[in-house]
Amino acid sequence: MTSEYTEFTTGEPLADHKAPAGPVGERWDTRRFEARLVNPANRRRHTVIVVGTGLAGGSAGATLAEQGYHVVQFCYQDSPRRAHSIAAQGGINAAKNYRNDGDSVHRLFYDTVKGGDFRARESNVHRLAQISVEIIDQCVAQGVPFAREYGGLLDTRSFGGVQVSRTFYARGQTGQQLLLGAYQALSRQIAAGNVEMHARTEMLDLIVVDGRARGIVARDLITGEISSHFADAVVLASGGYGNVFYLSTNAMNSNATAVWRAHRRGAHFANPCFTQIHPTCIPRTGDHQSKLTLMSESLRNDGRIWVPKAKGDTRPANEIPEDERDYYLERIYPSFGNLVPRDIASRAAKNVCDEGRGVGPGGQGVYLDFADAVRRMGRKAVEEKYGNLFDMYARITAEDPYTVPMRIYPAVHYTMGGLWVDYDLQTTVPGLFAIGEANFSDHGANRLGASALMQGLADGYFVLPATINDYLARNPGQDRVDAQHPVVQEVLAETEDRLNLLLSVGGDRTPDSFHRELGELMWEFCGMARSGSGLRKALERIPQIREEFWRRIKVPGTGEEFNQSLEKANRIVDYLELAELMCLDALHRAESCGGHFREESQTPDGEAARDDDNFAYAAAWAFTGTGEAPILHKEDLVFEYVHPTQRSYA
Amino acid sequence: MKLTLRVWRQRAADADGAMSTYEVDGISADMSFLEMLDTLNEELILTGEDPVAFDHDCREGICGACSLVINGDAHGPERTTTCQLHMRSFADGDTIDVEPWRAAAFPVVKDLVVDRSAFDRIIQAGGYVTAPTGAAPEAHATPVPKPDADLAFEHAECIGCGACVAACPNGAAMLFTSAKVNHLNVLPQGAPERETRVLDMVAQMDEEGFGGCTLAGECATACPKGIPLVSITGMNKEWLRATRKVSGR
Amino acid sequence: MARTVWDSSVGKKTVMAVSGLIMLLYLVVHMIGNLKIFFGPGEFNHYAHWLRTVGEPFMHYEWTLWLIRIVLVAAVVAHAISAYQLSRRDIRARPAKYVHRKARASYATRTMRWGGIILALFIVWHILDLTTGTVHAGGFQEGHPYQNIVDTFSTWYGNVIYVVAMLALGLHIRHGFWSAAQTLGVGSRTRDRALKTVADILALLLTAGFLAVPVGVMTGVVN
Repeated sequence: MTSEYTEFTTGEPLADHKAPAGPVGERWDTRRFEARLVNPANRRRHTVIVVGTGLAGGSAGATLAEQGYHVVQFCYQDSPRRAHSIAAQGGINAAKNYRNDGDSVHRLFYDTVKGGDFRARESNVHRLAQISVEIIDQCVAQGVPFAREYGGLLDTRSFGGVQVSRTFYARGQTGQQLLLGAYQALSRQIAAGNVEMHARTEMLDLIVVDGRARGIVARDLITGEISSHFADAVVLASGGYGNVFYLSTNAMNSNATAVWRAHRRGAHFANPCFTQIHPTCIPRTGDHQSKLTLMSESLRNDGRIWVPKAKGDTRPANEIPEDERDYYLERIYPSFGNLVPRDIASRAAKNVCDEGRGVGPGGQGVYLDFADAVRRMGRKAVEEKYGNLFDMYARITAEDPYTVPMRIYPAVHYTMGGLWVDYDLQTTVPGLFAIGEANFSDHGANRLGASALMQGLADGYFVLPATINDYLARNPGQDRVDAQHPVVQEVLAETEDRLNLLLSVGGDRTPDSFHRELGELMWEFCGMARSGSGLRKALERIPQIREEFWRRIKVPGTGEEFNQSLEKANRIVDYLELAELMCLDALHRAESCGGHFREESQTPDGEAARDDDNFAYAAAWAFTGTGEAPILHKEDLVFEYVHPTQRSYA
Repeated sequence: MKLTLRVWRQRAADADGAMSTYEVDGISADMSFLEMLDTLNEELILTGEDPVAFDHDCREGICGACSLVINGDAHGPERTTTCQLHMRSFADGDTIDVEPWRAAAFPVVKDLVVDRSAFDRIIQAGGYVTAPTGAAPEAHATPVPKPDADLAFEHAECIGCGACVAACPNGAAMLFTSAKVNHLNVLPQGAPERETRVLDMVAQMDEEGFGGCTLAGECATACPKGIPLVSITGMNKEWLRATRKVSGR
Repeated sequence: MARTVWDSSVGKKTVMAVSGLIMLLYLVVHMIGNLKIFFGPGEFNHYAHWLRTVGEPFMHYEWTLWLIRIVLVAAVVAHAISAYQLSRRDIRARPAKYVHRKARASYATRTMRWGGIILALFIVWHILDLTTGTVHAGGFQEGHPYQNIVDTFSTWYGNVIYVVAMLALGLHIRHGFWSAAQTLGVGSRTRDRALKTVADILALLLTAGFLAVPVGVMTGVVN
């Protein structure tokens, strides 16, 4: 089985034909000019489905509705306001250069391409940097209460891995404030009747008719009713797939079903192995752990990371004298110190823990110490800056971070991979678009801090609303599709069969037990460091778990009611397939880049060694069947402006 | 820890409900309250019982999904969300009562899950700034005094969990509504719609069947984000101002 | 505007606040007037008569008094109807109680409704007793309020009703005054302490001032 799955074939190369040629700074203008428009009077006749109401989905739904399209929107949460973008803490980048510290669109572009370890598409990243400026204007106009200086102007701070202060923030709740801005804009359109909102409704499959995305199948999570919805285009804004790992900083119900079902229906999945492990999360306390909580990366601006120099040092932190501490990030990376990019900080933490110098229960943690900051700035200033984060930490751990160093450990946080999209954010299924974390486009192999919010809002407010016009204008009179259409009948039947099967197994294991088992496997073999042999082990094990799942799963209740176990089990079905693709992608990419660290590919001093000769491409996988070898399509990445170099933060 | 749980069970919106008693063992003080319920549910599934339904998502205190009344307190004994409540707040052998939010405007969906869509409709009535994408002026065009920005932020912190309604003896949504009114009305960007916003949101709040405010203050005590009671005073002031201004037009 | 106010829960609270403050103002005047009883029947009865001639010659005999009575009745009715309607809304908004019950808000807050009902009943009795004399103990004498008051507080039930009502009044004012300030939007973080103190002082002064009369009769200072 496994050997068959790993013997994938390489298909036709893939290329992005939508980004115009010419200077990178002019491509977005050119594209917008070349894109066809839909007459305002005709927009009402076009229905667009948007799945998800996070920063990308919320902003896209609101903007498309403002333009006059009829939007039908879905979220699994009880309210669009609860999408997980709300949990983003640190901030949002924008090349405003308000600080006059040398920032520019080009520098943000450069930093993002470099930070992504040269695995992102230049034209997309440049557009993102250009749009970043407009996002701040838009959000301020909506009443987003960004932090301000005494003069009434916006405050900014520097954020993980960059040397300019371009991060706008709202205390430690930037994601919440930006999301509420988008939610409020969306609410206005719901009230105006331009958006038909379906909350507590989860997309379970994609409807593709004559090669075009024409709708979705969704389940009402309260009544269990399965229904089909039709549109002229479908936009997936359903977020990332970090929950494959069971323990992650994602919300408990964030899931990969929308993107995975789209993948099964023909959308290529790009770079699935590119996952971001965030360095500053609160370590787990035991087997009961259901999720991990992130502590904002901004803490690294003032906190110092260290572990004891000696292995197995179990003294309390405050009893370890200064000269017996190893401030390893400051030691290894003197110029960036504690502010190195996330992938590097995470891996360094793993290395010191693997050496047996980790702290806390199980030795899975490192100290993030604010003693110096308190001495330097005073407790009050530290409180002002990080008070809410410290409170959160104290609440979870029952330790006081003002007096005892915080313990942190890396955790899965973000997935750079996702559905392959072209410059228009269209997937390989015509009419199917993917925005925000659901697509793969802008962050390459590693995302910089405060760039997820930027990308989600850029896609939703500005990019998609401009590019979707082109598709709709070129496909004005699509045939009507309704629930009686044979394709729809088939998708509906497949969905119902899958749920009925889950309910009928009546085994002896809970959905969570499978999810946890899969997550542990993925964390061990496809986590912070990956090796060929480990990945092969995982690839051997995953089909076994899948087989066991379908034999032993127990889902209580029925499908015609509010059934959270059924929701979970159905999501795990997709994780069990996606995990396999992630491992395969990680196995095939025999280089280290960004968040993807292959033990076989490192520099003499243990840094990630890229292999640009063989892997300077985005790997887009086409689905062929469950457990069957997928087809790899490579999109070569061309770097005209930022020339690949070995990333160095020393 | 070993605990006795008395949990509200109700199969569906139109079904009758009652408290059911469960014993849970092996509970660690480091568990969150929801992880304790996860433990119970794992056992229930294996014994063939229907697990307890409850809303939850981010489990880090920001999405506002979790919503349990624990021993008579919305979100339990600590001033935080249910997901951030840890079992160290309880002692071995405790009996804990777990109930859903209670309010006419928040009907029970199942067990501990309620329908809070009324909050969405209050926001839809006017809890926004009309600023279509693309129409925004340069962000620095209008400076906002820091105290105003901070005040707006303090109110914008509301997570829409509904603890204020659950705690209010009248099932009123004044604190929720006032948080959004104050957030937007204090900012220059919110000024053009200042009057219609407060009038429409209050009207929608009444329409949804929430109770009136008797300033009992329970809402502010229960609010996990510390929205102050004076927020309601601020909204009352805005409402009176708007009523005078609009009738003068 | 009247429609907007009356149709809104916030508007009705405004009606309650304004009518409550009108009544409060009246009570302060009423209480001060009552204290004249300690200066003997002559001064007290003269004061009572003067109330009927206030504003003369511009106003006719008793016009001012009736004007005050009309305003007061309007205030009482508005206050009561608003309270009734708001209470019904509140009870409907919370149909199911929690199994695990907890006593919470301050005593004054929780007793607003029952306190209000007690006060309403008291007002009816008070008017029938000392204004119309319908239920007065002993012979009610028009124009001799001093003697009438002494009569009332010479009965045990007269004292009980009055004392209970005045305690309810104190509690009602304590929460009501502060609450009215919040409803009218004059409360703020910095003013909160001051408003609560003023509410406490008003409640205490009015209760003590009104109770001074029956205590005076009981102790024989007034007879």
